[in-house]
Amino acid sequence: MTEAHVKAAVSEVLHRIAPEADLDQLDAQDDLTRALDIDSFDFLNLLEGIHAKLGVDVPEADYGRVRTLSALVAYLAARTR
Amino acid sequence: MPSLGGDMSAGRLVEWHVKPGDHVTRGDTIATVETDKANIDVEVFETGTIERLTAAPGEKLPVGSVLAYIGGEGEAAAPAALRAAAPEAPPERVLASPLARKLARELGVDLSAVRGTGSHGAIERADVERAAARKPAEPPAAGMRRAIAAAMARSNREIPHYYLETRINLRAALDWLARVNLERGVEDRILPAALLIKAVARALTQVPELNGYWIDDGLRMQSGIHVGVAVSLRGGGLLIPAIHDADRRSVSELMAAMRDLITRARSGRLKGSELTDSTITVTNLGDLGVETVFGVIYPPQVALVGFGKIVDRAWVESGDIGVRPTVNATLAADHRATDGHRGAQFLAAVERALQEPAVL
Repeated sequence: MTEAHVKAAVSEVLHRIAPEADLDQLDAQDDLTRALDIDSFDFLNLLEGIHAKLGVDVPEADYGRVRTLSALVAYLAARTR
Repeated sequence: MPSLGGDMSAGRLVEWHVKPGDHVTRGDTIATVETDKANIDVEVFETGTIERLTAAPGEKLPVGSVLAYIGGEGEAAAPAALRAAAPEAPPERVLASPLARKLARELGVDLSAVRGTGSHGAIERADVERAAARKPAEPPAAGMRRAIAAAMARSNREIPHYYLETRINLRAALDWLARVNLERGVEDRILPAALLIKAVARALTQVPELNGYWIDDGLRMQSGIHVGVAVSLRGGGLLIPAIHDADRRSVSELMAAMRDLITRARSGRLKGSELTDSTITVTNLGDLGVETVFGVIYPPQVALVGFGKIVDRAWVESGDIGVRPTVNATLAADHRATDGHRGAQFLAAVERALQEPAVL
């Protein structure tokens, strides 16, 4: 799966969690939780949605590696190739 | 007029769903009432026949007022026992950039009344600035703000707070959690917040004076430990739904209950009883980077427990210095109900509980 496909899938899940956010204007380097004002429950919902959509289960030990949109997309793209 | 919480003093009857002569059964929705927080469907908790409606749509009535009389077969009509049901869904959210949302909050602009000029009609910073310049709009969720203002003003006016803080080593708790989560899929994982709630509930069994209400100049301890969890709403404001009997639930069950409550709180689908039954409140602001929480008690409760961010800190143990994940736990308590000595015992019990997570 290309990074563009992964990003579209992630955006779809993020839109459900923070529907008022304009993801086109989100800086891919920003910390997702701070930029979108999402808490740890929302973050868990994000990972659950990604798992359902892409089949990738991000283990707890890797949470620190997927804190920005660009890092998350790269992480997922590497695991859906 | 049912109460939706300690902050609600009155409600406005929006409409009746029944008329005199109608047969109703326990659980039927018979009216809609407007409160500062939301429109609430009111259930009847008796079975019988509506004898008389004593309030008209549009009327504002204090909590406790009789709205209707209900009679069983061969019985004299009695005031109907009512309870608030699920609130109506909140208005649909609008598309806006994070910057626009932030600015709207600062300027008190209601985003639902702003026309967006960005892609897909998204509201941008300039749209918010134009709206702010046109007229001073009432802040979003103004009704909820008023309700919170009333409750917190009452709390600070009436409750002599005392505050205690302790720093807790979470090494054992987080190691246990990591082991448990390793075997679970993402949908079943447990967050530290669930463990903290469990520790509070366990500690309340040892210091029950903090689990109750201050009413009529006296402490009324409650037998059920119903932990209210402070949930911030994306549009602004705060709700505190209760996890019933938290002391009797496993950590996994607590996590599931929290996820369910938070999801429903943010989509406006809480039941009335979930908003009225809390016997203590727990607030966790660690996700926002806050290290210590100094809370305001939600009356008529007599205590609030706050948790901050989990932070790695230097920790001295048996003469050795190491790094441990730690959390600052605070207790805000009503000095009319307890003294600092009991409060300290409570925090010590929370700390002990978190050193033996497997037992929780």
